[in-house]
Amino acid sequence: MRGNAEAHQLIAPGSLAGVLELLAAAPGEWTPIAGGTELMVAHAAGRLEAGKLVSLWGIADLRFIETHADSIAIGAGATFRDLRAHAGVAAQLPLLAKAASWIGCIANQSRATLGGNLVNGSPAADSSPALLVYDAEIELISLRGRRRIPYSAFHTGYKCNVMALDELLYAIHLPLRFAHHRQYLRKVGTRRAMAIAKVALAATALLENGLLREIHLGAASLAAFPARLYQTESVLLGQPIDTRTLQLARNTLLAEAKPIDDIRSTAEYRKRVAANLLDEFLLQLRSEGWPR
Amino acid sequence: MSTSAKTRIVGAPVPRKEGVDKLLGRARYVDDIERQGMIHGATVRSTIPRGFILSISFERRIDWTEFTVVTAADIPGKNQIHLIAADQPCLADEKVNHCDEAILLIAHADKHKLREAVNAVHIEYDPLPPIFTMEESERQDVIVWGADNLLKSFLLEKGDVDSVWDSAAHIVEGTYRTGAQEHLYIENNGVIAESNAETGITVWGSLQCPFYVHKSLLSIFDLPEDKVRVIQTETGGAFGGKEDYPSILAAHAALLAHKSGHPVKMVYDRMEDLAATTKRHPSRVRHRTALDKDGKLLAMDIDLATDGGAYSTLSSTVLSRATLHASGPYVCPNVRVRSHSWATNTVPYGAFRGFGAPQAIFAIERHMDEIAAAVGIDPIELRRRNFLHDGDTTATEQVMREPVILDRLLDRALAESDYHTRRARFALENPASAVKRGMGISAFYHGSGFTGSGERYLNSLAGVDLTPEGKVRVLVSSTEFGQGTNTMLAQIAAEAIGIGYDDVNLAPIDTGIVPNSGPTVASRTSLVVGRLIERAGLQLVAMLREHAFLGEHFTPEEFFAACERYRDNHGKVESMCRYEAPPGIFWDDQKYRGEAYPAFAWSIQVAQVAVDTVTYSAEVEEFWAVQEVGRVIHPVLAGGQIEGGIAQGIGYALYEKVVLENGHMANNQMTNYIMPTAEDVPPIHIFFEEAPLRFGAFGAKGIGELPHDGPAPAILNAIKDATGIGFHAIPLLPEDLFTELAARQELVEIAAI
Amino acid sequence: MSRLPTIRFTVNGKPCAVQVPPMKRLLDVLREDLRLTGSKEGCGEGECGSCSVIVNGELVNSCLLPVLQAEGATIQTVEGLANNGQLHPLQQAFLACGGAQCGICTPGMLMAASHLLEVNPHPSLADIREGLAGNLCRCTGFVRIFESVVPAAAARLTPSSGIQEKEPAAHAR
Repeated sequence: MRGNAEAHQLIAPGSLAGVLELLAAAPGEWTPIAGGTELMVAHAAGRLEAGKLVSLWGIADLRFIETHADSIAIGAGATFRDLRAHAGVAAQLPLLAKAASWIGCIANQSRATLGGNLVNGSPAADSSPALLVYDAEIELISLRGRRRIPYSAFHTGYKCNVMALDELLYAIHLPLRFAHHRQYLRKVGTRRAMAIAKVALAATALLENGLLREIHLGAASLAAFPARLYQTESVLLGQPIDTRTLQLARNTLLAEAKPIDDIRSTAEYRKRVAANLLDEFLLQLRSEGWPR
Repeated sequence: MSTSAKTRIVGAPVPRKEGVDKLLGRARYVDDIERQGMIHGATVRSTIPRGFILSISFERRIDWTEFTVVTAADIPGKNQIHLIAADQPCLADEKVNHCDEAILLIAHADKHKLREAVNAVHIEYDPLPPIFTMEESERQDVIVWGADNLLKSFLLEKGDVDSVWDSAAHIVEGTYRTGAQEHLYIENNGVIAESNAETGITVWGSLQCPFYVHKSLLSIFDLPEDKVRVIQTETGGAFGGKEDYPSILAAHAALLAHKSGHPVKMVYDRMEDLAATTKRHPSRVRHRTALDKDGKLLAMDIDLATDGGAYSTLSSTVLSRATLHASGPYVCPNVRVRSHSWATNTVPYGAFRGFGAPQAIFAIERHMDEIAAAVGIDPIELRRRNFLHDGDTTATEQVMREPVILDRLLDRALAESDYHTRRARFALENPASAVKRGMGISAFYHGSGFTGSGERYLNSLAGVDLTPEGKVRVLVSSTEFGQGTNTMLAQIAAEAIGIGYDDVNLAPIDTGIVPNSGPTVASRTSLVVGRLIERAGLQLVAMLREHAFLGEHFTPEEFFAACERYRDNHGKVESMCRYEAPPGIFWDDQKYRGEAYPAFAWSIQVAQVAVDTVTYSAEVEEFWAVQEVGRVIHPVLAGGQIEGGIAQGIGYALYEKVVLENGHMANNQMTNYIMPTAEDVPPIHIFFEEAPLRFGAFGAKGIGELPHDGPAPAILNAIKDATGIGFHAIPLLPEDLFTELAARQELVEIAAI
Repeated sequence: MSRLPTIRFTVNGKPCAVQVPPMKRLLDVLREDLRLTGSKEGCGEGECGSCSVIVNGELVNSCLLPVLQAEGATIQTVEGLANNGQLHPLQQAFLACGGAQCGICTPGMLMAASHLLEVNPHPSLADIREGLAGNLCRCTGFVRIFESVVPAAAARLTPSSGIQEKEPAAHAR
């Protein structure tokens, strides 16, 4: 344990209002900590820079999953276990339920929160690809009010996002319009559990008369932050799934993806595997009896 | 005692001796222990791989009077860790030879102040050019050790290899590489040390070999034997990683204790343990093999090299075992093994389950499949044609006097794994499948006990005595670290004497109490120490029959009554035995010829592997192991050893990679050093065939290391079967498979619509 | 730095109050302040699971939990598994089936298995693998751990005679 517990303040206002007041009064001074599955690792490694932390754990106003007529709203404090246990998420947002089951292990899932996963902003974030292809919206909150932005616009760079210093990530909204879409998510890690993604690809698509009427591709670890593959989507849109399209999509993805070499994997591997995952999805799309 | 005699306790699944404590969370590992007045110690380590230490400065913002600081200058005796050679300093003095080498030690009561202090020490270096690979070391452009970088070399020769090349029907060459591997015991290294004028130095620690630590401390502190005491605490995994390293850690803590006047606890965190402690030697093995037209081996010319790291530590003995396992379980009239261990500027490599054999066996067993492909013989058939049998001689001209049942093991392995049926099915399914499946095998032996005259040199002493409470106590320095030492030795003692398992306990592993029965390594505990306990038990019964009216047949009550009578007359009840070499053991250390090992355990392992051509990942889907380890003392413990060794072997092959940057382990966190989880290990099926050894305890041989020897080559052979591609290096990660597979995929068009 | 807060929770049914820095890890509070050394530190990164405990019915890695967040919590550690000297069915099964070798992962493994059986009394092998995926064992290869959970699941649902705790066995220390 290289961190010094005495060198950090941790307070728990216990309410959303209390946290927002703190963030407004001293913008940038207090780092929110939810389940701690990222920050406490840094703490143990002696790398926790935040001197002042404010606990979000146990704030009921942040930990909810609400089903509306055409959307599901997930509080930033919802844990991955909450997501897995929610019937609506399992039925309507299967990719998100899948991603939740792939995070770490049971002990991590009981503490890691959806909000934390997004604010931490790792390019390998497990929930991100699914949120991207589900057209998720992020709701940010502060004493000044609330605002919503598409999740695809949330990250602006490596571990950078659009949040103002007095803002808290409040909820993630997912439109329930993908019930008839073909859906795909695959994560490639170092092992079957407790693995940070080397690359992950999520996809939602609508096939009509043999042509791709809609296609969303969301990837982890192909860029500085989780992102849609817009160029690859654009060469697929409106196209039939034939050899030419597969080849073109593949080449476009290989050019669009900008992964790096790091301690876990190589750029070349990541690109190629991502292209293979896209192939796998598109070929499955074509075949009959595609499971939903 | 006949090795096939019926037994009540040996062979029965009695409860683990210390099992209840472990399950209750009551077992006391070193970090669970506090001693009065205890403070904490930490290490300041080199940040460069090689260079001179120019200066050491201490930031003024820290009040250093609060701290105990120890440098090489504080060492009362010799600044060296005594193992085999004396080249490794306890603390670096003028020069450092690897990243993370210990330079300074600091102690303080407050762990956080301690961490701050470590960060407040600044060392100025004059760097020297480092070398990081055995190839660089072999070139000898830069000399980093001795006169020529060569830590050790061996030459083993049988017959005349060079006489057959011209006439051989086939000559097959191959080069095979293995990477470093980390033990990843879940309990990090740790010790507590105390020092005072009356009793001297006392060390408690997570360790395998208390007398190694003891010996090492003697020369560092220049103390007589009775002024150093080493006590093993409950040890959370070791696998060889706590064979020699604890000698360093114990010395460090003891130096701080000595200078501070306080007990000092030093327990590494995972980052430090990964970066600074020993790992398995990387290797490179070149094979050149001659065969006749029927695939019978004519000659094996083997060049074997290991990377020993910055100091010699155990590199010579690891090299020895690698050399002696290099030619596999085969008959070959002409063998030459030239082996070398090279120094580099990396953390010294050390003991790890198998100790050179996994490296050597990976090479020969991969090579056999390469030979099979080159020569056009099925890999199973190739092995059968060349297996050792009773009466054959090995590469060291050791005659197989104990039964060799490789054929039987192979038959069983093929049957249990349904090898041929599966293989045929995969051959049909693979072309249309994105996941390619294959089967692979490995055949191997593992020599139990120390090499050659090693056991004679160890001259182990062990025995039993009677406690004041009237229980039998086993007296050994053999340590429990999960493999079942306590249980097994208690079983043997109870069986040999004729009392109950619950009537026997083990004496604390304390050099002040127990004799030196040798280190807990080399798969020797059941073979050598178990046999000593068996003899001591029999000897005790004989003593009581002779002096205390114990009858020919007796109940446990009568036994203990006789013990009391004996004690009344003689003061204590004790029966000690010293190692006796089996007859006919002859070993020439110069020529590397003769009886290399007192016993061999044998095994065939089979792997079913799936290679996913979308992700380039290989996974073991199922695994079978058939082994002959003499008498199985405890079926659950023995099974656990095989399964655990296989899991580690799977990690060695497919998951575990030590990533070095400038000689420092860059992936020194569990999130980045990958071992298989509960979701990754395949179903593992194990089967024992028994061929009891005449000289082991109740016929037992050794078992601990055997299972780690075979998985890697079996897995890579299966990958070759699945993909048609032979890989020659481990760890074989998806990124490595990708390089080969993707190149071939590019030649294949995307499936036409 | 202002006065340290008092943080209250129950451990194995017993109310506890500690006055410690709020960012102190629950693992360290258990081991140092409460002298419950059953939970172990193997990695400090939430990877090995040897620190696993149950907090409010959920399995957590106590090395990742700042103790302030344990305020008001109901915590169970390995020390609370056995019942008045009688081994829990899991402990009995581990003993009989070889689920523990060196024992360092065992407390966390037992907590993970215990939690698994609470939420899923009839786990399949796949469920067991998933439930234990966050607990690393370097000794067993997991085989006999899986084999321990299966009979324990059955035993849990039926009364059992059990194994009584004995005096610390192996070594006379």
